[in-house]
Amino acid sequence: MKLNEHEQAILAGNMGPARQRAMAQQIEIGRFFDAEDMVEVAQAHIMADTESLGEAGVRFLEDLADMPLDQCKVCIPTITDPRGADFNAYQRINHDPVYVELERRADQAFRALGILMTDTCINYQTMMPPVLGEHLAMGDTGVVIYSNSVQGARTNYEGGPSALAAALTGRTPRFGFHLDERRRGTACFDVTHQPATWTEWGALGGIVGRTMASYYEVPVINGIHGPAPTSDDLKHFGAALASYGSTALFHMVGVTPEAPDLQTVFDGSTPDPTKIGKADFEDFLAGYGAADDALDVVVFAAPQLSLLEMERCAYLLKDRQVHRDVAVLIATNPENKHASDRMGLTQTIEDAGAVVLEGVCFYQMHARELGEANNWTRLMTNSAKLTNIIGGYGYEPVLADMERCIDSAVAGRIV
Amino acid sequence: MGTVIQGHVGIGPSVSGEALVALDNFSARYDLDRIKGIFSRPSHKLHGESYVGKVLVLNAAKGGVATAWMLREMASRDMAPLALLLNYANPIIAQGAAFAEFPLVDRFETDITCAIQTGDQVYVDPATGAVTIDRDAT
Repeated sequence: MKLNEHEQAILAGNMGPARQRAMAQQIEIGRFFDAEDMVEVAQAHIMADTESLGEAGVRFLEDLADMPLDQCKVCIPTITDPRGADFNAYQRINHDPVYVELERRADQAFRALGILMTDTCINYQTMMPPVLGEHLAMGDTGVVIYSNSVQGARTNYEGGPSALAAALTGRTPRFGFHLDERRRGTACFDVTHQPATWTEWGALGGIVGRTMASYYEVPVINGIHGPAPTSDDLKHFGAALASYGSTALFHMVGVTPEAPDLQTVFDGSTPDPTKIGKADFEDFLAGYGAADDALDVVVFAAPQLSLLEMERCAYLLKDRQVHRDVAVLIATNPENKHASDRMGLTQTIEDAGAVVLEGVCFYQMHARELGEANNWTRLMTNSAKLTNIIGGYGYEPVLADMERCIDSAVAGRIV
Repeated sequence: MGTVIQGHVGIGPSVSGEALVALDNFSARYDLDRIKGIFSRPSHKLHGESYVGKVLVLNAAKGGVATAWMLREMASRDMAPLALLLNYANPIIAQGAAFAEFPLVDRFETDITCAIQTGDQVYVDPATGAVTIDRDAT
């Protein structure tokens, strides 16, 4: 790989062993993906919940944080994905204090590195939205696909160690979606049923995602008509597409910035489109139906809820009571939690018996152990992404829209 | 000499071990019970199988970004696979392999999930991208 003078100096160890190790790691990844050089990135976003880190990962962060500040402080603005425990609410959901303590250690190490603890996977809705053409090192697949597709920024999936390396060097290997040629469409989908709910937007992401063969496929969605999709619609669509497909970029004709029309987004002729109609949505949702009406927990998360989703939850729960045998968990980021507190939404939601969690996401906080501690097996959610993930944690997921999830939580059984 | 299958230059040290193969995908978060060391996703073709110490041979890296941390974490508890051979890696697997110094090779000249069978003894050399299958070895 070609390195400039600054990058060579980092690799030589002139800026300390942590940055040297980070650069060496990035070069290895660059070689793996045939990158020719590095690209400067404006921001890094680190996924590093303690379930993923474990003791080994937390110790790695603590060792890094013990270095002199000039050797370990991040050199670009660096923010965090949802964390592994809510320090204020963990006792309400029987979260094991052992994991909470691990989370405190990771939190302290991150702060010592100069990282901003945003604890969010919806930074694009609440922090500083990426800009067309901006090169970034984003963790969390949902953040990557939204930044690339809806905002036209340029980032690959940057797992925690990789985003941290970018934070220490200010660079990332230039391959994948940093390159113009990788951002062209590779497959075309004609949608004849307009998604009407966040669940249906997620279902559409799952339907397309299941057909994606590799990370480098770029699906192009055609046929979206009527009012433009909202940020929350595209959030659910992108998060599910990324989860089911390992997909980092989509184009939606007439909606996203690099797809004004089909001709622009494909090189040469447009491939034969795959039709997606109402029956495909019904089949997808039926795949996450339930054999009986038993219900243990309802989860709204993955991605964290926007302020508008919080308002919708509050509206649906107002003056109602969640059944005593069912738990309802709602995960958002600290900014939206504080706004929800200020606007009375949290009060309305919690008066109904639901729990608002802050700075976490359900599948990133030891979901298996939480299920065992609370006897949760049957899980209902409006998030297609969560249904894709949570089966591996021992849950039986059921996918339904927010209204039906809340009606079921109140009834104490799936309705 | 066994059969040699050429992939793209990979990451990590060379290793020899027994293969565990399926035409399915891989995500450490979505698919594994990392405490027990088994595939836990009910729909995965290797559901219930132990992956610890095996050369895992699968189709593509899927799912989220957590695998980047998890390979090293699993290795720290001696609960990791020995190596990973994929038709298509994604950046997360590569980043995790680089962080954990874990053997990873992908982009083979043929479908690697067809070329290798469960139980085969394989030698993985990420520096060259070559994988050698020795079916007669015990």
